[in-house]
Amino acid sequence: MSVALQVSDLRLAIGGVNVVDGIAFSVAPGEVMALVGESGCGKSLTAQALLRLLPRQVRQTGGRILLEGEDITALPERRLRQIRGRRISMIFQEPQAALDPLSPVGAQVREASGLASVAAREAVRRMLAEVGIADPDRRIDQYPFELSGGMCQRVMIASALISRPAVLVADEPTTALDVTIQAQILDLLRRLAAERGTAIVLITHDMGVVADIAERVAVMYAGRIAEIGPTAAVFSRPRHPYTALLLAAIPRLADEPKSRLAVIEGSVPQPSEYGAGCRFVGRCPFADARCNAEPPPLLETDDGHFSACWHTERLA
Amino acid sequence: MLRHIAGRVGQAIVTTFGVLTLVFFLMRLSGDPTLLLVPQGASAHQIAILRHQLGFDRPLIVQYVAYLRQLLQGNLGMSLVQRMPVASILGSRIPYTTELAAGSLVVAVGIGIPAGVAMAVWRGSLLERSLAALVFAGQSMPTFWSGILMILLFGVVLGWLPTSGVAGLPSLIMPSIALGALSMASFARMTRIAVLDELSRDYVAAARARGLSLGAAVVRHVARNAAIPVVTVAALEIGNLLAGAVIVETVFAWPGIGQLAIQAIAARDFLVVQAIVLFVSFVFIVMNLLADVVYAVIDPRIRLSS
Ligand SMILES: Nc1ncnc2c1ncn2[C@@H]1O[C@H](COP(=O)(O)OP(=O)(O)O)[C@@H](O)[C@H]1O
Ligand code: SF4
Ligand SMILES: [Mg+2]
Repeated sequence: MSVALQVSDLRLAIGGVNVVDGIAFSVAPGEVMALVGESGCGKSLTAQALLRLLPRQVRQTGGRILLEGEDITALPERRLRQIRGRRISMIFQEPQAALDPLSPVGAQVREASGLASVAAREAVRRMLAEVGIADPDRRIDQYPFELSGGMCQRVMIASALISRPAVLVADEPTTALDVTIQAQILDLLRRLAAERGTAIVLITHDMGVVADIAERVAVMYAGRIAEIGPTAAVFSRPRHPYTALLLAAIPRLADEPKSRLAVIEGSVPQPSEYGAGCRFVGRCPFADARCNAEPPPLLETDDGHFSACWHTERLA
Repeated sequence: MLRHIAGRVGQAIVTTFGVLTLVFFLMRLSGDPTLLLVPQGASAHQIAILRHQLGFDRPLIVQYVAYLRQLLQGNLGMSLVQRMPVASILGSRIPYTTELAAGSLVVAVGIGIPAGVAMAVWRGSLLERSLAALVFAGQSMPTFWSGILMILLFGVVLGWLPTSGVAGLPSLIMPSIALGALSMASFARMTRIAVLDELSRDYVAAARARGLSLGAAVVRHVARNAAIPVVTVAALEIGNLLAGAVIVETVFAWPGIGQLAIQAIAARDFLVVQAIVLFVSFVFIVMNLLADVVYAVIDPRIRLSS
C-alpha cells in the first residue's frame, strides 16, 4: 500500500509543554482518515504542522512528516511554498472567514492554480462545477458575501484541490454549517477523495461525522493518540476507555447534534496540568497507580487497530 | 450609494450652517471692529458715523440675515481691514496652504503607512521597536516645539534650509515635517492595528496554505482590507492638518489660511474669519465624500448593496 502522508512521533510545544506529544498516523491515497477529539486536544495545531504553518509561539520539538515519501519537516520556506496548495492543502472551519471578502471567489481559486489568465479561468470554472457549484460562470466573479456558507466551503474545496494535491487537510470543515449542508459537504469530500485519489485528513470533534465519512479514525486526547484503527472496528469494539465513553455519549437520535460530546464526567486537563502518566487518568473509571505513573504505549490490539491503555482487556 | 452621499452632504451642510452661525455671533460678542478701524483720537461722532456706514449699529439678527442673503448669492463680502473682496484674499492664501497640506500628507502617508505595515508584519523585531520610537516622537512633540527646534538646527546652525517664508521646495520641507509628524504617527498606529487585525484572519492562513508567501498575502489580500480603516483616518487627518496649519504657518511665516486666520481674528476681520470657517467645512465635506467613494471602490459589500 502506498502512503500519501506519514506522520511519526510529532511533538509540538508551547512554552516548554508538549501540547501535541508524539502522535503518529498515515493516510493512503483516496483514503479519508478522521482525527477526532475534544476541543483543545491539539487537532488544529497538528493540521498547521502538516502544512508547516505553525503559529509563531509553537515549536516543533520532534517527529517527521513525510509527504509522498519526502520529508518536509526541515524544508526551507521557499520550497514549502511550492508544496503548499500543490501537494498538500487545507480547508477551514469558517468558510466565509477563510475567503478574502474583497476578492472575487474565482480569483481566490485561481491563486492556487498557478496558471495564467485565460487557461486559468477555464480551469477554475471547471473546478467550481466539479465541487457542485451550479452556474459557475456567474459565481466565479461573485464575492464571498454573495454566497452561502455551504457554497463558500465548496469554493474553498475547489481552491484546495485545483492543483491536485496528494493530501487535503480539512479542519472541522462542516462544524459551522447546517446539518443538511454538512451532509452534502461530507459527501462531496468522500466523492472527491475517491475520484481524485486525494488522501484526506478530516479533523472533527463529532463522532457522527467520523461514522459518516472516515475509513479510519484516530482518537486524540490531550495531545496524544488514544486509539487508532478502522472506523468500523473502533466503533464496534473500542479498545480505549475514552473512545468507549465518547461512543456511549452519542445520542442514537440525530435530533440533538450539539450534545454529542462533553457528556463524559470531568473535564479535559489543560496542558499545564499534564502529569507523568496517562492523560485520561482523571476521568477514567479504570485508572490505577500505574496509569498515574507511566504513559501507556500505543499497542496493536487487533489487526490495524491500536490503543494506548494499560487496561485494554477490561473493555473486551 | 447616491442616496447615501446625498444624505452625507445634507448633514454636512446643516453642520456647516450651525458652525457658521456660532462663529458669527461669537465674533460679534468679542467686540466691535469699528474701534480698530478708526484713526487714533477720532471723536465719538466720527466713530458713530463709521459704525453706521459699516452697518454695525443694526440689530445683530438683521446683520445675520443680511450676511446669509449675501452668501446665498455667492458673495463672501469685503474685508473691513484690507478693503478687498474676501474671496480674493482667501484665493491668494489657499495655494500656500494646499502646498503645505500636500507636503505634510506626503510626510504623513509616505512614512506613516509603510511604517505601520512594517510594524505589523515584523512584529517583535528590532525594526518594529525603532519605528515605534519614531511614531512616539511624532505624536508627543508639540508642533511649535519641533518647528522651532528644526529652524534652529537646519536653518540657523547648519544653514541647510531657509528658516521661514516661501522660496520653492526647500522652504516647504521643514513646515511639512512639523505639520505632518502628528498625522504620520496617527497613520502609522492605525495602519499597524489594521494590518495586525487582518493578519490574524483565516483568509490569510488560507492564502498561505495555497502557497502564497506572507508578503504576497499582504499585498494581494491584507492591504485592501486594512485600507478601509486607514481611509477613515485619512479623511479625519485632513481636518487635523488644517488645525495644525494655524501654528505651523505662524512659526514658519507661511502665508496660508492658518496665518490668515490668526491675523483676521486679531483684527476682528469678521467676514474673513467666517469665510475661513466655510472653507474648512467645505474641505471636510469633500474629504468625507471622497472617503465614501474610496470605500465603495474597495469594498464590494458597499458597492453592490444598493
Ligand atoms: N496560537 C496559539 N498560541 C498559544 N496556544 C495555542 C495556540 N493555538 C493553540 N494553542 C493551544 O494549544 C492547544 C491545542 O489547540 P488546538 O490545536 O487549537 O486544539 P483543537 O483544534 O483540537 O481544538 C490548546 O491548549 C490551545 O489553547
Ligand atoms: S491507561 Fe489507565 S487511565 Fe489511561 S485510559 Fe487506560 S485505564 Fe484509563
Ligand atoms: Mg481546532
